[in-house]
Amino acid sequence: MINLFYISTEIFLSLSILILLLIGVFKNKSELFIYNFTCIILLVGLAININLNPQFPIDLFNNSYKIDYFTTLIKSVILISAFLVMLCSLNYVKQNDILKIEYPILILSSILGMLVMVSSNDLIVFYVGLELQSLALYVLAAFKKDNILSSESGLKYFILSALSSGLLLYGCSLIYGFSSSTNFDLIYQNSESIEYGIIFGIVFILVGLAFKITAVPFHMWAPDVYDGSPTSVTVIFAILPKIAALTVFINFLYGPFLEMFDQWQAIIIFLSIGSMVFGAVAAIGQKKLKRLIAYSSISHMGFALAGLSVGTNEGIQNSIIYLIIYLIMNIAFFCCLFMLKRENQYFDKVEDLSGLSKNHPLLSLSLMIILFSLAGIPPLAGFFAKFYIFTAVIEQSMYFLAIVGLLSTVIAAFYYIRLIKVMYFDEQKEKYDLNHSIGLKMILVISSTIILIYFVNPNIINNFVLDITLI
Amino acid sequence: MNFPIISSLILLPSIGALFLFFINSKNINGIKYVSLFVSIINFLISIYLWLIFDQSSYEFQFVESRVWIKDFINYKVGVDGISILFIILTTFITPLCILSVNSSIKNRLKEFLIAILLMETLMIGVFCSLDLVIFYLFFEGGLIPMFLIIGIWGGERRVYSAFKFFLFTLLGSVLMLIAVISIYWIAGTTDVEELYKLGIDPKYQNLLWLAFFSSFAVKTPMWPVHTWLPDAHVEAPTAGSVLLAAILLKMAGYGFIRFSIGLFPVASEYFVPFIFVISLIAIIYTSLVALMQDDMKKLIAYSSVAHMGFVTLGLFTFTQQGVEGGIFQMISHGIVSAALFFSVGVVYDRTHSRRINDYGGLVNVMPKYSILLMVFTLGSLGLPGTTGFIGEFLILMGTFKKSFLVAAIASLGVILGAAYMLWLYKRVVFGELTNQKLLKIIDLNKVELSILTLLALSIIFFGFYPDPFSNTYSVSVENFINEYNDKLNNFNLQNQ
Repeated sequence: MINLFYISTEIFLSLSILILLLIGVFKNKSELFIYNFTCIILLVGLAININLNPQFPIDLFNNSYKIDYFTTLIKSVILISAFLVMLCSLNYVKQNDILKIEYPILILSSILGMLVMVSSNDLIVFYVGLELQSLALYVLAAFKKDNILSSESGLKYFILSALSSGLLLYGCSLIYGFSSSTNFDLIYQNSESIEYGIIFGIVFILVGLAFKITAVPFHMWAPDVYDGSPTSVTVIFAILPKIAALTVFINFLYGPFLEMFDQWQAIIIFLSIGSMVFGAVAAIGQKKLKRLIAYSSISHMGFALAGLSVGTNEGIQNSIIYLIIYLIMNIAFFCCLFMLKRENQYFDKVEDLSGLSKNHPLLSLSLMIILFSLAGIPPLAGFFAKFYIFTAVIEQSMYFLAIVGLLSTVIAAFYYIRLIKVMYFDEQKEKYDLNHSIGLKMILVISSTIILIYFVNPNIINNFVLDITLI
Repeated sequence: MNFPIISSLILLPSIGALFLFFINSKNINGIKYVSLFVSIINFLISIYLWLIFDQSSYEFQFVESRVWIKDFINYKVGVDGISILFIILTTFITPLCILSVNSSIKNRLKEFLIAILLMETLMIGVFCSLDLVIFYLFFEGGLIPMFLIIGIWGGERRVYSAFKFFLFTLLGSVLMLIAVISIYWIAGTTDVEELYKLGIDPKYQNLLWLAFFSSFAVKTPMWPVHTWLPDAHVEAPTAGSVLLAAILLKMAGYGFIRFSIGLFPVASEYFVPFIFVISLIAIIYTSLVALMQDDMKKLIAYSSVAHMGFVTLGLFTFTQQGVEGGIFQMISHGIVSAALFFSVGVVYDRTHSRRINDYGGLVNVMPKYSILLMVFTLGSLGLPGTTGFIGEFLILMGTFKKSFLVAAIASLGVILGAAYMLWLYKRVVFGELTNQKLLKIIDLNKVELSILTLLALSIIFFGFYPDPFSNTYSVSVENFINEYNDKLNNFNLQNQ
């Protein structure tokens, strides 16, 4: 008897998607209703998900789907951030003429895909979840279909992502061929004797996943796609798939491939160093904020991967703290982007921030806090995120990784403080509109307050991850 | 549990800053009075702390400790005879900075005072934190307000200077962060008191020492990483230059005592020749550079580098006189350089020029100013009867014990110091009044007069009667030297 109770979040989301589709087809002018209803669905889904937090790990469907504290936590994080993203981008979506019934429904399906990915304990289930997520995101990237940049970014994302999915599938087939199972636990048992086929499989799977979290050298699509997509989609790209993909990284590396730690550690360290350094250096010359944040998120993913490369529980926990703080900072950053609007036109160039502090003191104060935090300056939350990562890294005496990482934060600090310079030291320009939705303002205020006062009691966030023990 | 007096010292300026945040920025007087009130209260609290401080004990006093990050870091603060003086220096200088904004800051006064008060919190935090991570937080946190102070309210090349300041200091201190985390894994704690007791395995000490050094050397600043300082000083507004010179530079000197020498005695002994050489270069070379400057602020900035060179020289003699001299020199330099920067600020506000050639003959139009500037000049060059003399004299005494040659070369620095300071004074104050603009210049107003008089009085008073300072730190320094020698002897015994 399969206990469907434990996947009620997924069931609820699938049913809602179907019902919303029906409403959208049969009812005229229901776009706004569906959008708002989607926000509520995400909240209800969150409530259901928190409510079924199991005391012990649960396996479903022949052990191909697992629910435990870790997956529940990540799912909650995904649902909360999806809700916040939807809430803060409402005005943008309305004013840019992308409020169609498909828009929220596609987001919901992509989130459903992420939830499946996070819980998967089987290569096939994992792949189904991944593709559900990606397919919805391809459409979203190209959602502003009259805009050439948006179409380009959708196509680019589709082609490169399809390529990476192909590599990933090839890896999966190799793994299946050499371990004669698609189940994670069975792969773990069967792969004790190290075979080259399995190592090749691991490499291919890691390459595919590195595409998804934009780790160097598989990052090429990110700046163009971030820049071309509508900003409301960029914020999704910057946050949601990264949480899911990084979780899958953890699921793979510390699940079926744990025995091969020595083999994959070098790969992860390479990805990590490459991302940290490249992200920091390449962002310096950027003139558009969205491209800049794309490179910055490449760099941040490098730090999260550094936490995964150490092979300890602390490393995993610190990576997840890093991820949570990263998403708070990014949501806050995009809230600021949504506020740079004048007469229904949105601005996203660095020079548009010029002299912002004189016209909009509070907005620039929050943005300053966010940027200093992204740069990792104490005592803001971003510093602690990096501090925990390096604590785990140095525990394993990986000094080279730590030194490279910290030096890259210095390089990265340069372009973050350049933005602050533009805001605070340069001449002011025209004012921007002030009529933002209350949701947007609330999210910005709350997230920047969290960033600012995180140091008062770090245990509030840290306690969530203490129970995660995968090794 | 006792009243958490140190935490309230740290927190009070922040609370004041938060309060300022909610005041309408048009209410200029309200903003000034609130920030002045807060900083004066803080000064009184620190004086009270000094009065009830037990000078006969070298232990850390008023220690507060509570769990901060579970199983990892405790929030721990406390003072001993060395750190309490720096706290008083901080709380003494800050109200003066706030008083001085009257004439120098024209726009965004509220934000400026918030930044100054936040700086005060962070600076006090640096001097009383007894945990490496807490220390790092306060030490690095100072970057944010200082970056804004230079960048928003600075002079023409403020952006360049602000970036240089920020990136230099950040680059130096990330290595310290690695060292702090490494210490946690090597010794199992980042609590300074515990670490003093446990000691750190000598085989790691050299690398850790270098990591800490990279941070402190940039902040001190030591040759050859001192180049950010003249730029930052020149472009920062008066109050910013004062905070930088008087207190921020002392963070590094304090860091050398508390962490570099205290935690890594074996490595410190090993690196003594290295420190001596670069201190001497700093003293001689930057004095020569100072002679060549035509910008008043730049000259004083280079003189700061030279004076801090004396400080590192004194600290690394590990003699009672040398270390006491180093500490006294830091306090003295804190007061003297603050006074000099205030003085430059006074004339800069009137003429908007810092070039020495634009001045001359000021004694004819600004007699009060000229007298006070004389006191500060003499204090800076170390005339007997001023605080500068005691610091340099003790340092040279300590150095003579260690090495005659080093002390002889360092003494040359004293002469050079007299040369550039007196020449500066001559060119600015004496001579013919050639610049017509200066004819209309008015002498000090009441606020400026009271700031400068207060500083002049303390330079002379503590120059004649240094006991209040020396009584406070002597027991701590004695214990510091003893522990240092014990640890070194232990190490040498083990190696035989």
